[in-house]
Amino acid sequence: MIFGALYFIAIFLALGVGSYFIIKKEGLGDPLRFVNQYMIYYVVMDIYIRYMLQKMPILNIKPLLYLPFKKSQVVFYSLGKTIFSFFNWAHAFFFVPFSIVLLVEGYNPLGVIGWHLGIMALFYCNNFINIMMNNKDSVFYPLVALLAILGICQYYGWFDITVFTAPVFDMFYDIPWTALISWGALAALCFAAFGYFKRNMYLDAGLATKHDIAKSEDYTWLNRFGNLGTFLKNDIKLIKRNKRSKTTVIMSFIFIFYGLLFFTGSLEVYENPVWKIFAGIFVSGGFLFSFGQFVPSWDSSYYPLMMSQNIQYKEYLSSKWYLIIIATIISTILSAFYLFFGLDAYLAVIVGAIYNVGVNSYLVLWGGAYIKTPIDLTSNKKAFGDKQAFNIKTLLLTLPKLLLPLAIYGLGHYLINPTAGYIFVALTGILGFAFKNVVFKKIEKIYKKEKYKTLLAYKQKAA
Amino acid sequence: MIYSNNLTKKYGDQIVLNIESLEIPKGQSFGLVGNNGAGKTTFFSLLLDLIQPTTGKVLNNEVQVNTSEAWKPFTSAFIDETFLIGYLTPEEYFYFIGELRGQSKTDVNELLSNFSDFFHGEILGQKKYLRDLSKGNQKKVGIVASFIGNPQVIILDEPFANLDPTTQIRLKGIIKNLTKNREVTVLVSSHDLIHVTEVCERIVVLNKGEIVKDIQTSTETLKELETFFGG
Repeated sequence: MIFGALYFIAIFLALGVGSYFIIKKEGLGDPLRFVNQYMIYYVVMDIYIRYMLQKMPILNIKPLLYLPFKKSQVVFYSLGKTIFSFFNWAHAFFFVPFSIVLLVEGYNPLGVIGWHLGIMALFYCNNFINIMMNNKDSVFYPLVALLAILGICQYYGWFDITVFTAPVFDMFYDIPWTALISWGALAALCFAAFGYFKRNMYLDAGLATKHDIAKSEDYTWLNRFGNLGTFLKNDIKLIKRNKRSKTTVIMSFIFIFYGLLFFTGSLEVYENPVWKIFAGIFVSGGFLFSFGQFVPSWDSSYYPLMMSQNIQYKEYLSSKWYLIIIATIISTILSAFYLFFGLDAYLAVIVGAIYNVGVNSYLVLWGGAYIKTPIDLTSNKKAFGDKQAFNIKTLLLTLPKLLLPLAIYGLGHYLINPTAGYIFVALTGILGFAFKNVVFKKIEKIYKKEKYKTLLAYKQKAA
Repeated sequence: MIYSNNLTKKYGDQIVLNIESLEIPKGQSFGLVGNNGAGKTTFFSLLLDLIQPTTGKVLNNEVQVNTSEAWKPFTSAFIDETFLIGYLTPEEYFYFIGELRGQSKTDVNELLSNFSDFFHGEILGQKKYLRDLSKGNQKKVGIVASFIGNPQVIILDEPFANLDPTTQIRLKGIIKNLTKNREVTVLVSSHDLIHVTEVCERIVVLNKGEIVKDIQTSTETLKELETFFGG
C-alpha cells in the first residue's frame, strides 16, 4: 500500500497547491466555482474507489463476538476504526492546501472554512455509505453506470448535471453555516450505520460471508492446446472468480488512459519525445505490469499442490506468458483511440507493445520469482503494491523494463530521426521474441532454485 | 518403494526430524503417529520435496526426490487445504488434476462414480466453489483427488480429521481396499490411534523427530500405543 499511497499523496499535494493557479491561468473562471462545478464527479469517484478498495470493517469482528464486550462497543470500535482510513484523510492533501491558497488569495475566510468543513463531511458520509452498501453490486453498478451516462451527456452538452449540483457546493462557501447540513447528514449516517450493524451482528446475518453460486465451466475450446490449455483454463477462472484479480484487470484497463497525460500535452514535464515510449509501454502493458509482476504469487494459496503435481514449469510459465501477451494485444487494440492524437501517438503505443511482448514479458516473469508475497485472492488488500514487492532485485529489473526502451529510442531519435527511434525499440522487441526458448529455460532455472524459499514464504498467510 | 537414509531436518539449532533409516515396501499401508510437533508433516513434506533435507535423502521408487522430478507422475498426496484450488468447483478441480495426470474426463468420471457413497451427495453438482465447502467436505475432495491417475504412492496427512463418523468408516474401507492387491503404497498419519491400527499394517511412532516405535500391527498394537501415549 505504502508506495501507491505516497504516489497519490504527492499528486494530491501538487494539485492542491497548483490547481488554483492552473485554473486561473487557463481562464476557466473563478477557481473555487470551477472546482465546485466538478465536485459531484469527484465525490462519486471517491465512492467508486472506496467500493473497489476499502476494506470492510466487519471482517475482523468475529473473534470479538464471544469476548466480554458489549455489542455496541464492538460496533463502535469497528466503525470508529474506519474513520482513520487512508481513503478519508487522503483528501486532506488536496483540500487543505487548496483552502490555504484560497485564504491567501483573499477569499472570505469564514466562507472558505465553511466550504472546507462541508466538503470534508461529505467524504466521511461516503465512508459510511460505502460501509452500508457492503459490496452490494446491485446498488453499486447502476450508480456507476448513471454517473458514466451523466458524464457523457455533459461532454456532448445534452444535459449538464453540474448546473444543479454546483450550487450546493457553492452554498457551503456563500452561506458558511450551511456546512452544518452536511455534518448533520454525516451524523445521521453514523447513527444509521451504527444501528444497522448492531442489528445484524449475527453470523448468519450481517457477518455471513457471501457465497457465490458456482458454475462449472469447461472451456473445451482450450483443450487443443494440451497441457498449456489446462493451465490457461485455470488462469481464466482465477481471473474471473477472484476479487483481487478482477481489480487487477480493471487497473490495467485504467492504464490504457495513462497515455492521455502525455499525448494531450497536459503535463509539461512529459513533453520530451522520449517519454512517448514510456507512455506506450504503460498503455499497452497495464496488465503485464499489474498481473505479471505477481506470477507465481497468484497461485500462492495452492503452491504446494502445484509443486507436488505432475507439472512442468515450462508449461506453467507459458500459460502465464500467453495470458500476458493476449492482454497486451487487446490493450493495444483498445488504445486505437490514440489515433485522434496523431499517428505518431499510436505508433508509440504499438512500438511499446512490441517491446512489452518481446522483452518485458520475460522480465516480469523473471522478477516474479523474487516477489514472494502471498496473495489473498479474495480481498483487495495490498492491491496497490506492497513493500515486499520492492526488493533490490525487482528494482534492478525495472531498469530494462522502463528505462532501456527510453534509451534505445533516444539513441535513434537524436542520432538519426524519430522513425529510427521507433524502429530501434521495435527491433529490440522482435529480437527478444526470437530468444524465447533460451530465456524460458533461464527463468525456469530461477523458479526451481527459488522453489523452497517461495513455498516457505507462501506458508506465512497473506497477513 | 520408499527409502530414506540419514534424513534430518534442522531449523536453526532445533532438530525437528532425525530418521536414521526407514524403508517402506511396495504395497504397504503405513501409519505414522505422534503428538503435535513430532515431525509427521515434516516427513511427508520431505517426501514431496516441499522442503529441503538438512542431511540425507529420500528415494521414491529409486528416484531421489530432491534431485529428479520423475517421482511426480506416480505419487500423489493430500496434506492440507493448500492442495486445493479454492475458486474451482469440485468437478473442475477433479478434471484439472485429471488433466495433469493424463486422465480424460471420462476416466475421472468413472473413478468418481466409485465414491458417490463417500461424497454423500455433498460434493458433486453443489454449485459451490471449494473455498465455500465445509472443512470436512474439502477434505473429501482432496482425498479423492489424490486417487486420480492410478498413483502408486498415496500420502495422506491426517485424513480422518474433520470427517463425520460415517465418512471416517467409509474412508477406512477405501484405504484397506487400495492396498488389498499390494500395488499401491499408502502413507497415512493420524492422531486417532484406533483408526490407524485398523487400517495400517505397520505403524511407526515419531516423538520429537525420532522413530521410537516401529510395529507390525497386531491385536495388541492398540494397547501398546495407548500405554505409550498415556504414560
